[in-house]
Amino acid sequence: MPVLWLILIVLALAAAGFVAGRLRVTTAGGARPHSLPNYYGWNVAMKVMVPAFAALIVWLLAQPFVVNGQVSGMITEQAIPEGSTLGLVMSDVRRVADGLDTAVSQGIMTHEQAGSIRAEFTDIRNRLGEAGVALGSNVSAEVLRAAQKYRALNATGNLWMTIAVLALALAGLAWGLKQAHGEFRARNTVETGVRIILLSAASLAILTTVGIVLSLIFNTIEFFRIYPATEFFGSLTWSPSFGGGSELGIWPLLWGTFYISLIALIVAVPIGLFAAVYLSEYAGSKMRAVAKPLLEVLAGIPTIVYGLFALLTVGPLLLSVFGRDGLNWMQAGTAVMTAGLVMGIMLIPFVSSLSDDIINAVPQSLRDGSYGLGATQSETIKQVILPAALPGIVGAILLAASRAIGETMIVVLGAGAAARLSLNPFDAMTTVTAKIVSQLTGDADFASPEALVAFALGMTLFVLTLGLNIFALYIVRKYREQYE
Amino acid sequence: MDAKLDKGTEPMYDAPLRKTDVEANATKIAAKDVQVYYGDTHAIKDVSVDILDKTVTAFIGPSGCGKSTFLRCLNRMNDTIDVCRVEGLIQLDGEDIYDKRVDPVQLRAKVGMVFQKPNPFPKSIYDNVAYGPKIHGLAKNKADLDEIVEKALRRGAIWDEVKDRLDKPGTGLSGGQQQRLCIARAVATEPEVLLMDEPCSALDPIATAQVEELIDELRSQYSVVIVTHSMQQAARVSQKTAFFHLGNLVEYGETSQIFTNPVDPRTESYITGRIG
Repeated sequence: MPVLWLILIVLALAAAGFVAGRLRVTTAGGARPHSLPNYYGWNVAMKVMVPAFAALIVWLLAQPFVVNGQVSGMITEQAIPEGSTLGLVMSDVRRVADGLDTAVSQGIMTHEQAGSIRAEFTDIRNRLGEAGVALGSNVSAEVLRAAQKYRALNATGNLWMTIAVLALALAGLAWGLKQAHGEFRARNTVETGVRIILLSAASLAILTTVGIVLSLIFNTIEFFRIYPATEFFGSLTWSPSFGGGSELGIWPLLWGTFYISLIALIVAVPIGLFAAVYLSEYAGSKMRAVAKPLLEVLAGIPTIVYGLFALLTVGPLLLSVFGRDGLNWMQAGTAVMTAGLVMGIMLIPFVSSLSDDIINAVPQSLRDGSYGLGATQSETIKQVILPAALPGIVGAILLAASRAIGETMIVVLGAGAAARLSLNPFDAMTTVTAKIVSQLTGDADFASPEALVAFALGMTLFVLTLGLNIFALYIVRKYREQYE
Repeated sequence: MDAKLDKGTEPMYDAPLRKTDVEANATKIAAKDVQVYYGDTHAIKDVSVDILDKTVTAFIGPSGCGKSTFLRCLNRMNDTIDVCRVEGLIQLDGEDIYDKRVDPVQLRAKVGMVFQKPNPFPKSIYDNVAYGPKIHGLAKNKADLDEIVEKALRRGAIWDEVKDRLDKPGTGLSGGQQQRLCIARAVATEPEVLLMDEPCSALDPIATAQVEELIDELRSQYSVVIVTHSMQQAARVSQKTAFFHLGNLVEYGETSQIFTNPVDPRTESYITGRIG
């Protein structure tokens, strides 16, 4: 049975259970039930859905592993052609199995034929070609047998899955209905259920993060097995060559990242902060209602558009001043300054919006106190409001910094691709993120250090931004003033 | 206007702070036909009142009667509220404080304010008190400033409690201490009038007693205006009392007379607890 139907049936059972549970309590008579009727309904629905869906998800995740394990055991060493791997043969097996499914559903083969067909007697490739399934090579007998086994196992698996899920749903229905009597505390049970659902949503987000980190870690370890870590962290040269013998020192990339982020922050922090002070302290409510959304439009622009802006507008503009016709500091439009300026513009709404919220959170009583002593507006802001808001503002700046460090598109288009250690902000440089992109795009061998280095770079970046975020949180907590 | 007012006063239009020499118990602030609007709401109607120098004046009345609003008119704190509009005449030492040429910042240095909730700045105790003198340039050097801070803290009756921890944050003090710190902070700028908006409403009885004692001492140098919800407090600390009801000034007179022999029946009802 298709999974969609299974889901619909369970949902229908849950709906029926809800109505039945509700009805059972309302018609039972006797003393007033502990909870409102709806709670008894929800209790039944929950008991139908939660175990059934949990089983469904676990089964759907586990079945491919089990089947793959069993089928790949059938493939002997001889069946794997020269230069191929077990993985490639298994993907052939899956394609043939899918092809047989398609052929059966189109009526070219009967179900029995698909199960009993033999490669020795039939040209599978042509038969499946009729069904619109293109295979790259002729199907060997062993692969075909494996594919048939694969189909059989999956069919059995699906059958048992349907039975198990329906059985669980029915058992839940019976259990829930049995509880639908006046003394049962349905309200508390539903409350617990809600808590568990919310908890699982939260833990899913955390587990995903853990999964991302783990995948980074495993690939990073793999990289350091084939490339020495001392070279990676010690070398000052970045010159990957896919022919081998590349030098993969991280320092030029880290320096580029740091330099571009620094320029971006030098642009974004003063402008963003002053904009926030203006919006929250000086602007009238009408001005604020217009200006704040307009400023936040900047945050909605995709970074690739900023990248184009850097490449086509800011770069040539800088070049005309600092280039060969001007001061002759700049060789080409792509440079640290180009990317830094544009990234700074991108970060302005980030800094201003967060700082604006923080400044607004400073209690009005502090402003009153300062004005009441005869302070002017700017004295009040400089001496009372900004000190009170400082931890939050520092947090906002650090968040903007971690955003700058992780930014990719502006750098790819605006800063060039040369990894170099230079102090001249008009030189082309590149960052960690841009290099991750260039190492993973193209048809490099995925097991080579030149491709795997991307994971080590990603891990370094992750550790850096994580450290920055933790530091930001620490600052915010440590210096936060407590207002009741 | 009273002839006494014009004598011995100096223009305060953007002028640096100078102590004016006013006769004891002369009229310090004269308000005439004051109207206050919050958007469309008419919050204060036709209030005329003369506030005397070196006297504690209490504003009493039920919640929402406009006494805090009127208090905030006296140092133009209502300017910070966009929708608020003030009409009528309010004079400090004979000068119209709503005149266009008056700098509200200078005015507020002369008419200090203490708020309902203690609001120490997130700075050290010392810097809290030194804030006003610093921005108004009252101290020539550090020693001068130290002296001003100590004097203000002594006048705020909190010196003995904080003298050993002047560099600790003012927010770390207890509620009563914070309020006395705020009073010291207001006193440090050498105002001529001190406005207090329910200064004891967040304090326990002991701290309240300390603040009341302090108000009584402040009377020797300043004109003090206090808004309070506590009739006992008004009776204890004030010499003059004004009773506000629904935006009107119902009755204004000697505290003893208001509490023992009120003229208006509404005043009597409020004092005896029938309205409010």
